[in-house]
Amino acid sequence: MSAIAIVFMIISMLTIWGGLAISLISLNRHPEKHDDDVIEPAGSAGN
Amino acid sequence: MSTPSSSQGAPLATEKRETFSSRKLFILSAIGSAVGLGNIWRFPYVAYENGGGAFLIPYLVAILCAGIPLLFLDYSIGHRYRGSAPLAYRRANRKAEVLGWWQVLICFIIAIYYAAIIAWAAMYCWFSITKAWDKNADGAAGFFMNDFLKVSENVNVGFDFVGNIFIPMFFVWLVTIVIMVAGVNKGISRANAVFMPLLIVMFLILVVQSVFLPGAIDGLNAFFTPDFAALSNPAVWAAAFGHIFFSLSVAFGIMVTYSSYMKRKSDLTGSGYVVAFANSSFELLAGIGVFAALGFMAYNAGSSVDEVATSGIGLAFIAFPTIVSEAPLGALIGVLFFGSLVFAGLTSLISILEVIVAAFQDKLGWKRVPATLVVGIPVALVSLVLFPTTTGLYLLDTMDAFVNQFGILACALVMVIVFGAGLGMLPKLAKHLNRHSSIKLGTGWKVLVGGIGPAALGYMLINEIQSKMAESYSGYPVWFNGVFGWGMAGALIVGAVLLSLVPWSKNSKIDDPEFDQHRANVEAEEVPEASGKEY
Repeated sequence: MSAIAIVFMIISMLTIWGGLAISLISLNRHPEKHDDDVIEPAGSAGN
Repeated sequence: MSTPSSSQGAPLATEKRETFSSRKLFILSAIGSAVGLGNIWRFPYVAYENGGGAFLIPYLVAILCAGIPLLFLDYSIGHRYRGSAPLAYRRANRKAEVLGWWQVLICFIIAIYYAAIIAWAAMYCWFSITKAWDKNADGAAGFFMNDFLKVSENVNVGFDFVGNIFIPMFFVWLVTIVIMVAGVNKGISRANAVFMPLLIVMFLILVVQSVFLPGAIDGLNAFFTPDFAALSNPAVWAAAFGHIFFSLSVAFGIMVTYSSYMKRKSDLTGSGYVVAFANSSFELLAGIGVFAALGFMAYNAGSSVDEVATSGIGLAFIAFPTIVSEAPLGALIGVLFFGSLVFAGLTSLISILEVIVAAFQDKLGWKRVPATLVVGIPVALVSLVLFPTTTGLYLLDTMDAFVNQFGILACALVMVIVFGAGLGMLPKLAKHLNRHSSIKLGTGWKVLVGGIGPAALGYMLINEIQSKMAESYSGYPVWFNGVFGWGMAGALIVGAVLLSLVPWSKNSKIDDPEFDQHRANVEAEEVPEASGKEY
């Protein structure tokens, strides 16, 4: 493989697979909330 | 169905709306829908043809500027209005219901031919072991067209059935309907929880095996070498936007339907990023696997990668069988490749059929099992009458080309215009997405969906109209493309209008106490201003 092809292969892997890894880490930092069906006052739902 | 959300309100006339029991299962099912045949057989060639490694730039721009924003539009509508496409759109605005039926009919067309391709792939798993095509003097191409599909010389619609296709198609429909009958949690979720890990493991083994074939490096070299000149070509950018749009299954009702089964306090944007990047991650893997295998094919034939590179049906059913016959452990390559097509296709077919089932379930107020059978069996019958025939390939080719462009693309354009400029709903939908999402949306998202979205989709649609008008698609007779291409696309719109005029039954979900409670909860949760990181 040529150097430029290797460079672009690595960039593609880092951005796309890295993007998936970052998305997964970011999602895991926000645990799933459970619905309770109680009407809460506006603004009380934090992150 | 055990879900933490339980309505304590008035007794419901019909059963409670199903929900994915966990975020993980929703994400897995959404990835299962997005990862389809196109990821495996379309992306590698599109990337190769449009700048190789340099395609990454328009591709990423397209994901971030069109794919993900449109995905969020689907999520917000489905989740806020908690219904199948026609019901969700109607709840947003009475007149928008027709758009939902348009998407339902688009899904009908896709479902009837998609099942045929899955059936072909299933048969090719077996043929990979027997290497059935080796006996044909014209190789894999002759075997596919003459021995397997028995393609008629006349472009027409006939009823000359081919048993070798009818039987596997029958089983594809049987499996799909059985999964759908079981419902969102016991059927769709479980199928995706089994098929998706299996698909990923099979595909990873295939990729590893492919990259060690002689000549594989040449294939990868061809795939990743950037052609920077391509970046100044508008057609390359259009190809990137077009590919992302189809690849992510946005704007044809699937994501609206799936997100309507998400719990109220779901992190919609965070989940959406995972789905979008997982879809792209799989595509990249497919690019590596497919071009490594094509590199081997070129090496074996003493030709260049350029001469063997192809996509779609030609790649899967002509190039890959050739590789299977020539490569060491070729049978394993074949089983893994065609098995991957089957699993990727099945999980997408499930999501496509769910758009139709959910729509009729909502409109008629039917329970899951009767709705699935009453919708699924006729769809399967139409599919089994039209496609396992000697003329099925022609019909599939024309319907696929026209429903993609003048169904999905046209409907998406109308959708972004209606919800953006038409109804001015983007601020409300952004607010909805921001309630519980980890990534907040701001002005950027509204500009991308309301401005960039219509511009990009409009440009693609005009291009397509021009190219399809310039010459008869695939060289088929004008009447054939007229009826099954243009006519079919037009009939979908007429059918959608008619279906939207059918009154909602007394038992339908149009008046649903469960939804009223959902809406009250959602409105109470809305924060006045978007805060934190904005899109």
